[in-house]
Amino acid sequence: MTQHQVLEYDVVVIGAGGAGLRAAIEAATKGASVGLICKSLLGKAHTVMAEGGVAAALANVDDRDSWKVHFADTMRGGHYLNAWRMAELHAQEAPERVRELEGWGALMDRTPDGLINQRNFGGHAYPRLAHVGDRTGLEMIRTLQDHGIHEGIDVHMEVTVSKLLMDGGRCAGALAYDRERGRFKAFKAKAVVMATGGIGRAFLVTSNSWEYTGDGHALAYHVGAELVDMEFVQFHPTGMVWPPSVRGILVTEGVRGEGGILKNSEGRRFMFEDIPPLYKESTADTPEEGWRYVVGDREARRPPELLTRDHVARKIVKEVQEGRGSPHGGAFLDIAWIKEHIKDSEDHIKKKLPSMYHQFKELAGIDITKEPMEVGPTTHYAMGGIRVDPDSQMSTTVPGLFAAGECAAGLHGANRLGGNSLSDLLVFGKRAGEYAAEFAAGNTPVHLQDEQIDLAVQEALSPLERDPGADVGPYRLQYELQHLMQDKAGIAREEGGLTEALDELQELKTRAQAMGAGGSREYNPGWHTTLDLQSLLTVAEAVVMASQARKESRGAHSRLDYLDKDPEWGTVNLVLKKGHDGEMELRREVIPEIPEELQKIIEEQG
Amino acid sequence: MKTTTFKVWQGNSDGGELKTYEVEVDQGYVVLDAIHRIQAEQANDLAVRWNCKAGKCGSCSAEVNGSPKLMCMTRVDALPADQPITVEPMRTFPVVKDLVTDVSWNYEVKASIKRFSPKTADHGDGSWDMDQYDVERSQEFRKCIECFLCQDVCHVLRDHQLHDRFAGPRHYVYVANMEMNPIDTGDRVAELREELGIGYCNITKCCTKVCPEGITITDNAIIPLKERVVDQSYDPLARLIKLVKGSGD
Repeated sequence: MTQHQVLEYDVVVIGAGGAGLRAAIEAATKGASVGLICKSLLGKAHTVMAEGGVAAALANVDDRDSWKVHFADTMRGGHYLNAWRMAELHAQEAPERVRELEGWGALMDRTPDGLINQRNFGGHAYPRLAHVGDRTGLEMIRTLQDHGIHEGIDVHMEVTVSKLLMDGGRCAGALAYDRERGRFKAFKAKAVVMATGGIGRAFLVTSNSWEYTGDGHALAYHVGAELVDMEFVQFHPTGMVWPPSVRGILVTEGVRGEGGILKNSEGRRFMFEDIPPLYKESTADTPEEGWRYVVGDREARRPPELLTRDHVARKIVKEVQEGRGSPHGGAFLDIAWIKEHIKDSEDHIKKKLPSMYHQFKELAGIDITKEPMEVGPTTHYAMGGIRVDPDSQMSTTVPGLFAAGECAAGLHGANRLGGNSLSDLLVFGKRAGEYAAEFAAGNTPVHLQDEQIDLAVQEALSPLERDPGADVGPYRLQYELQHLMQDKAGIAREEGGLTEALDELQELKTRAQAMGAGGSREYNPGWHTTLDLQSLLTVAEAVVMASQARKESRGAHSRLDYLDKDPEWGTVNLVLKKGHDGEMELRREVIPEIPEELQKIIEEQG
Repeated sequence: MKTTTFKVWQGNSDGGELKTYEVEVDQGYVVLDAIHRIQAEQANDLAVRWNCKAGKCGSCSAEVNGSPKLMCMTRVDALPADQPITVEPMRTFPVVKDLVTDVSWNYEVKASIKRFSPKTADHGDGSWDMDQYDVERSQEFRKCIECFLCQDVCHVLRDHQLHDRFAGPRHYVYVANMEMNPIDTGDRVAELREELGIGYCNITKCCTKVCPEGITITDNAIIPLKERVVDQSYDPLARLIKLVKGSGD
């Protein structure tokens, strides 16, 4: 028997970003006892980095907006692979979820009438993103945190889950260790909500922090949950590219929403070329029309810089490949040019984009009110994740396991629209919390099995017992994995590279299992990285397998050997599940037919 | 690429020492990059907190050459090149290990403060009308990333260790954000004077100087709150009115 503390709750939420906090608040409000577990300190999760805004059809700035338009935009942006029911619920419920935040202390920027202001963003037909300058994510996580700490939730900070615990076929809790001393805690729970965010650390250039190692995806997969859409990894078109130490750090789409334009080394606005057919009619013909759109002319169409992220990212890569990139391998993003149209443009930029101003000034020595930025694609978001029931967010195969936010899948299909992640985590965080509490109330208590816990503890401790000198060390191995994924499963993929990647992943897996970590159990990031690597390797395999199977280019998934969209793939999701022999199994699943009334909305919105 | 000498404090609550590392420093390196390089190549178990690496989460607070800083926003080339760079944990909080300190006290203080409580909504959909001018006052305070550097530098906490009776600048900013929110109805003045101990602050403005978000903590948060305390608690006219109305504190 190992030494561990047992903690019992109705609902355990894993992850305390926006989705986890919102789920915990809802579950607690519904009367459940709630434990909230997070790898970092409370309030530091990646939601804090979200900049541009939260998408909700409040129609405060343009009264033509409605949930129907938001729904149609989301489906179009996702190339119609979205779980349509999630897209429907999301568009309908987002406005209420955003408004209630102000009742919890949030303060969004206002319209002249005193309503919540909204800004333009890629793929959204009307100004739809409620925001606070360019620090909307901070506003949201702090609001949820400051509300949540008064709701009777037990917060377990700097605690990492290494295994989900099962009671027969049902999820029964989680085994975790505290980072401070390496003490084990067994969380016993009638329902578990996974809200662990993304997988960005599987790639070399990423906007994600150390935490985003796909823990939720991997933990759920290993107890039998299905993963879906894993081939769709969003490469945000605008990450910093220089200096090397900041490569990948996000530059908000809000820069383009406020009028920022993309240029190549020849000074050409290349986004006006190759406009995709789906967006041809809604895109401006001239720079002049694009600017009128930015300043709110209802007759004008949006500038091509505000096309969806998948398209903009590919266009930047093309310019670089064809020798028209910026000095450090990106494109120029210019907001300073708006001085041609706006008096006091320097103050205007500082006011609308304060953290971007600060970030470039401090880290790159660039004054964005005067000079263009250099930007290039950065791994940003996983559209794929745990497959869930659209209404309840419960896993399709593991009763008692729920998922919300980035680690869940369905809403975004093949490509996510900017701003839809913050609304996603509010809408589905609330739903997951609500249904988890309901599930807990309606089901019998669970039993934890000591053998499962003992085994999980042994596994977690094994890197400390092995010789750290045997391989290159956990950080270097992670670096090798990131290199591999960046080169062979990144923004442009092809059969040969993907096949090699699968083989190389097997080799990395073997090495990771034999990897030793030096030092003790006390706050030892080397040991933690060794454990996180296991999750990363699982999600990397899922991304590569699904990317190899989808023989077309659609949304965020680009195949050099299958350059076009294939209508046959347009009705199919790829589902991954752990087979009986422990190998990853992949199957195609036809998307359920969309109800007539929703199809009508899509057609009406063009 | 050039080599720079770093002296990094390593140890735990039982004690520790500065350990010397030679680190290859790339163009544009911030202190956190150097710490990561040490972690990857020389000391795998070196403990450090970090998340966003872009000055937005407030995790990587430390004392660089003796000054409270975010390691992710401190450029190596902005520090004197002719001497080693020292990196130490925040001194105001107990050390857990290496650069990681126990900041749980901050979370406890915050949870003890009277929560936000809005007036009834202006509209049936649960929304309020607020003017941009009015929200901007609190928005300044809401930029706080909870890095706790202001707590670290404040002499009431750092030198006098009055953690049991003084909430510190971070929490006055937190209170100010609610007190100046146009729809909040709570009154935290008595709390400020008693449990939160705002009177111990003698406005030396050290907190304002170290704030990486540039929040004017002393002038915009603490002084107005102190004025409210004075107005409500010590103004003879206000006291008389309170006595008559029978709502003395």
